[in-house]
Amino acid sequence: MLSSEILYKIILILAVFAVTLVVAMWSTYAERKVAAVLQDRLGPNRAGPFGILQPMADGLKMFMKEEFIPGQADKQLFVLGPCLAMLTALMTGVVIPWGGDLTIGGHAYKLQITDINIGILYLLGVVSVGVYGIMIGGWSSNNKYSLIGALRASSQMISYEIAMGLALISLIMMTGTLSLGEIVGQQDAGFANIVYQPLGFLIFLICAFAETNRAPFDLPETESELIGGYHTEYSSMKLGFFLFAEYINMFISSALIATLYFGGYNFPFQHSLGLDGNMLSMLQTFVFFCKVFFFIFFYMWVRWTLPRFRYDQLMNLGWKVLIPLAILNLFITGIVLGFRNGFFI
Amino acid sequence: MITQYLFYFLTFVAIFCALLVVFSKNPIYSALFLIVTFFATAGHYFLLNAQFLAAVHIMVYAGAIMVLFIYVIMMLNLNQEIEPHKSSLIKIAATLCGCVLGLVLVAALRETDVVAVSDYTNPGIGLIEKLGNVLFGTYMVPFEISTVLFLSAMVGAVFLSKKTIH
Repeated sequence: MLSSEILYKIILILAVFAVTLVVAMWSTYAERKVAAVLQDRLGPNRAGPFGILQPMADGLKMFMKEEFIPGQADKQLFVLGPCLAMLTALMTGVVIPWGGDLTIGGHAYKLQITDINIGILYLLGVVSVGVYGIMIGGWSSNNKYSLIGALRASSQMISYEIAMGLALISLIMMTGTLSLGEIVGQQDAGFANIVYQPLGFLIFLICAFAETNRAPFDLPETESELIGGYHTEYSSMKLGFFLFAEYINMFISSALIATLYFGGYNFPFQHSLGLDGNMLSMLQTFVFFCKVFFFIFFYMWVRWTLPRFRYDQLMNLGWKVLIPLAILNLFITGIVLGFRNGFFI
Repeated sequence: MITQYLFYFLTFVAIFCALLVVFSKNPIYSALFLIVTFFATAGHYFLLNAQFLAAVHIMVYAGAIMVLFIYVIMMLNLNQEIEPHKSSLIKIAATLCGCVLGLVLVAALRETDVVAVSDYTNPGIGLIEKLGNVLFGTYMVPFEISTVLFLSAMVGAVFLSKKTIH
């Protein structure tokens, strides 16, 4: 590999890291503003114009608070919990294609950190490991509320991972590849995958809500029953890490939904604009971020509109509705593909 | 060259954490070290270019089975104070069983021939297309039989755990 290539990869990794953090930071501001609009309030408006500096103030507050570890807690694991939550939240960003190719000095650079050919499996692997931060944090706090929150988180994630995986299998059967770069490329040539997989998209969307612990599936941290669930005992920046990881997860899963089902960075009639390569790539990245921001808004919209599920309803929905639906989707996809490839004739 | 260093590093991590699994007093720590061991093993699969196997290893073992393990440990809330005292007879029996199993493994490994990995020239080996063709082509029948076995085991587990209501 060329040394300029390595340098480019390092810059891209740092850029994705920085963008993820910045988007997550201002998502907290957006969440409060969206909530305010939906509830006919003003929302934060003191720090800076329109309260735009509110995330800075919140961050400062988090850092200045007392760093407290409960006496009965398991100290190493108590610190490890939020670290793992952050780590797994940031790991997914490497396989997402953020835009087309950039040509600098006659060399094309991809706006994707790595296009491994097991991309989707990597995603599922990271998602399945993602529960450990919450589990370890909840258990090590040595608090009954935290423990119940951790148990709920783990059982919820395991249940919804199955339906999510099955929905993705239909998509993989249709596209015939596990690489996210190729999936986006195919959607440039044809329609976006949502046209072919509407049911799969719906299942994936619901599971994404459950996997990120967002309302209406935020049972691991129900403040009315469990105080704060798994992060009841956490304070200062360790609490900040848990909250922040949730916003990063939301950003990354929005990016995934846009990539897998909504054409990624492609937009209609992009090749008839007559733009040269770099301009088109930048416009594509812009369009991609617009799609991502729409889904982040969608997450918030749902959170401030729907009431929370009861725990048995959550489990019934996961096991008795979503998994059979995902299997049905798999069957339909298989039959249609069979007809298209001429297996039945 | 770098793969060799990676191999030694992963081997060290795997063996070290495997030992910690056995020697940790707290069952949660044992389970967490077991997860690290699984990751090191998955790293070995990556070095052998078996990407699919590595990803599935992490998904199934580290992601699903160990989550359930830790779930159960948390539910039972095992810790040193309430752990029932085991009699020395059981301890001796367990040690003997472990040693016998170790002996069998060492004996089996001693008899194997070391086969050099010869197919480095084929870049497609271990990739998902090759694996799919082998599983659904050459070994179609055994593969399907094993899936039926899994299904029956799953149904059996559900049936056993279901309480009869009078």
